[in-house]
Amino acid sequence: MAKLPVQFRLNGSDRAGFVDPAGNLLDLLRRGLGDFAPKYGCGQGTCGVCTVLIDGEPQLSCLTLAISCEGRQIETASGMADGPNLHPLQQAFMDNFAAQCGFCTPGMLTAARALLAKNPNPTRDEVVEAISGNICRCTGYEPIIAAILAAAAGGAGMRRA
Amino acid sequence: MADARRKLDIAAEAGPVGGALAHDSAAKHVAGEAVYIDDIAAPDGLLHAYLGLSTVAHGRLLSLDLAAVRAAPGVVGVLTAADVPGVNDISSTHRQDEPLFATDRILFHGQPLFAVVAGTREQARHAATLAKAEYAEEAPLIDIAAARAAGGALVTDPLKLERGDIAAALAASPRRLKGSMAIGGQEHFYLESQVALAVPGEDEDMQVFVSTQHPSEVQHMVGAVLGAGSHAVTVEVRRMGGGFGGKETQANLFACVAALAARKLKRPVKLRPDRDDDMAITGKRHDFVCDYEVGFDEDGSIHAVDALYAARCGWNADLSGPVTDRALFHMDNCYFYPAVRARSEPLFTNTCSNTAFRGFGGPQGMVGAERFIEEVAFATGLDPLEVRKRNLYGGNSSTEGLGRDLTPYYQQVEDNIAGHVISELERRCDYQARRAAIREANAKSPVIKRGIALTPVKFGISFTATWFNQAGALVHVYKDGTVALNHGGTEMGQGLYIKVAQVVAQAFGLGLDAVKITATTTGKVPNTSATAASSGSDLNGMAALDACETIKRRLTEFAAKHWQERPEDIAFLPGRVRVGAREIAFRELIQAAYMARIQLSATGFYTTPKIHWDRKAGRGHPFYYFAYGAAAAEVAIDTLTGEYKVERVDILHDCGQSLNPAIDRGQIEGGFVQGMGWLTTEELVWDRKGRLWTRAPSTYKIPVASDRPRIFNVHLLENAPNREPTIHRSKAVGEPPLMLAISVLHALSDAVASVGDYRVCPRLDAPATPERVLDAVERVRAEAAS
Repeated sequence: MAKLPVQFRLNGSDRAGFVDPAGNLLDLLRRGLGDFAPKYGCGQGTCGVCTVLIDGEPQLSCLTLAISCEGRQIETASGMADGPNLHPLQQAFMDNFAAQCGFCTPGMLTAARALLAKNPNPTRDEVVEAISGNICRCTGYEPIIAAILAAAAGGAGMRRA
Repeated sequence: MADARRKLDIAAEAGPVGGALAHDSAAKHVAGEAVYIDDIAAPDGLLHAYLGLSTVAHGRLLSLDLAAVRAAPGVVGVLTAADVPGVNDISSTHRQDEPLFATDRILFHGQPLFAVVAGTREQARHAATLAKAEYAEEAPLIDIAAARAAGGALVTDPLKLERGDIAAALAASPRRLKGSMAIGGQEHFYLESQVALAVPGEDEDMQVFVSTQHPSEVQHMVGAVLGAGSHAVTVEVRRMGGGFGGKETQANLFACVAALAARKLKRPVKLRPDRDDDMAITGKRHDFVCDYEVGFDEDGSIHAVDALYAARCGWNADLSGPVTDRALFHMDNCYFYPAVRARSEPLFTNTCSNTAFRGFGGPQGMVGAERFIEEVAFATGLDPLEVRKRNLYGGNSSTEGLGRDLTPYYQQVEDNIAGHVISELERRCDYQARRAAIREANAKSPVIKRGIALTPVKFGISFTATWFNQAGALVHVYKDGTVALNHGGTEMGQGLYIKVAQVVAQAFGLGLDAVKITATTTGKVPNTSATAASSGSDLNGMAALDACETIKRRLTEFAAKHWQERPEDIAFLPGRVRVGAREIAFRELIQAAYMARIQLSATGFYTTPKIHWDRKAGRGHPFYYFAYGAAAAEVAIDTLTGEYKVERVDILHDCGQSLNPAIDRGQIEGGFVQGMGWLTTEELVWDRKGRLWTRAPSTYKIPVASDRPRIFNVHLLENAPNREPTIHRSKAVGEPPLMLAISVLHALSDAVASVGDYRVCPRLDAPATPERVLDAVERVRAEAAS
């Protein structure tokens, strides 16, 4: 099958690839462009570990056709840190022991980042709602919720979102 | 960069042990830089394998036409049993009951028939669907009832525990009752699915990177399948994206197929199944049916328990023997049964081969124990918590010559703190006042009913296969004073690596930044046990400490000679070494020792003391110690729909003298929520043809953030060092907290009971899905009215 060209901005840089018409964004990011932060979890859009931002909206990259991303802004957990300085959400996740096996973490951070961009001071229920599409099998969620609230209290949404 | 980001808040003199230090990979986790197997840079020439699976659950394979598979685009090879140079078997029990590829008998839906290898993963996946298999289909045995009806074939020898004269004790009991309880299974849903990458080397060498809790077993299996010695196979895993027992034996298949393909094609090969195939192929937590008879008196004292625990084991033995054994080892939970008989029935079924899952049968055994308590409570009209307290192990008061501290397997309960943990939690969570308030409120609330329950946990720590209770470690000190640490334990998120690193850093008086934690590999520490049975830090912490002590002995001897001091005047202090009156840097000591040709590398080894077990006799001391905890759960149910919410949970859990209280707290909270999922919403469904219908979180309901308890108070038991000399007097914490979630099942039961004015035992089976809760509400209402 003929491969089709696609180009977009990934974490602030111009990137491009040639993809199968049915190829998904997750495969392009991981295998084509070497961004291993988004993970393969279920391949069916039900676990959230492949979550990325597309034009600021959290989307499941395993269900997103790569060619549909032409000209879009894509952001992953790899692009959150500013050089050696962690994003406040990343720091809060560390400080609150929000990662155990770490496999859900990039997707969780991305879902949290989208929330804080829109709602810099969320309530606990709003945090819970925002990450309820993301499964974590290790932590029981409390430390993740605490981390997002802590980051919000420290102004994570206002500094970099 | 990752190391620079790590926060090290070590008090100058305290040392890292006992500190709430971040997970060793925390900085890499949040940066998306932690490397899992599927993230390893692809070796040149990488090929991808995919499995072809049976589409029937039981029968004979009459023919397998793979011509279309071979002809598919990108395909470079197809593998069947005929391509196996060694043995076509990966049974961890060595019963020869688990072929790598089926040849004749088909025993479950999704059984691997062949593998196809292609240039891309998509090509391999597509080609795998093109096989033409002919079967002579037979009726499959799907569940426990069907297996029993067909004669009850077992996959492994059953166990019987018996103490006292059960028939006489039941006959002499003032009251007795019989019942049965269904306890569901559970899908692990490790977020990182099974995956293996095999890289062939020279001669017969094979390097396998695989997401496994048991690298040594993978090494052995790959060697056996390839017909090579274990010395030719190296298995490495830096971290898993979750394991929970699902990667104790279940990774063997994927590693062996990848290695077989790599050997045949002389190229690196990766195998990662799609999630739905992973869920169909790999085993899960065993579901059980527990049939019981309990003798008791009007005071709520249990006189005798006779219980039969039948398990759906699937198509081969795998770990079903030890899993069903551990169920029996926990059919007492914290309670003394004056007379007891417990039997296991590990049944063969045409379903995936059920396997290890956090708790390893213990949770199912304990759920049974709590049902016995509940039955007695409803029969006597007592608060279930009162019945729990009356039947606790304890003291030396004797009943017919027996001390009240003897388990059904004749191990004495020496460290019994269950009563203390229960009463402390009861006080802290204000159980009695809340229970009274809930009953009062329920009387006035027509639809929404609340329930509360407080349940304890006592969990035996040690592998019941005594020989598994050994561990090795390898510690190198380099000339610059930095330390490389390796041990046989694997990291699956539980924080084992950081805990062992804390032990090593403290032993040398170093900060954690001086200790490099290296990936688990069979090339460094051989013949390791699975990281399982909650034993990771108990075993590997001690082995690593042993290696450190060996190096310190050499250094002490050297320093005493070199600086003309007595050995007892040499001490490794935080950040420095005292040599008589002077203090020098660790690095300075190491450089001097190197110049004096002192060996700066050592292996360490540990075997758990005190334990022994005679399975035939059903007697022994299988556990080094017990870990304890208690939880109180409060729920609200909608009696018109069966829907419910967990409103509040209070936990008090015993970690001994915790190595890292933040990591332990994570195990407690995460284990609880995972256990809550098992007992409430996670329901596995197979159809009559043996096809698993619940193959994704869309149909298999795993708790998400909105399902966690609204109020969640978690505390570690204070001032409770392990009475046994474990590593820094800590206790194992991986599995025990899962069983704290039994409190949720019983809180739901308490809420259901309200519709029958607390006179009818709801006998709520697990998982207590909203459907089951609604059924129970209607049944209790009808029984109460009749």
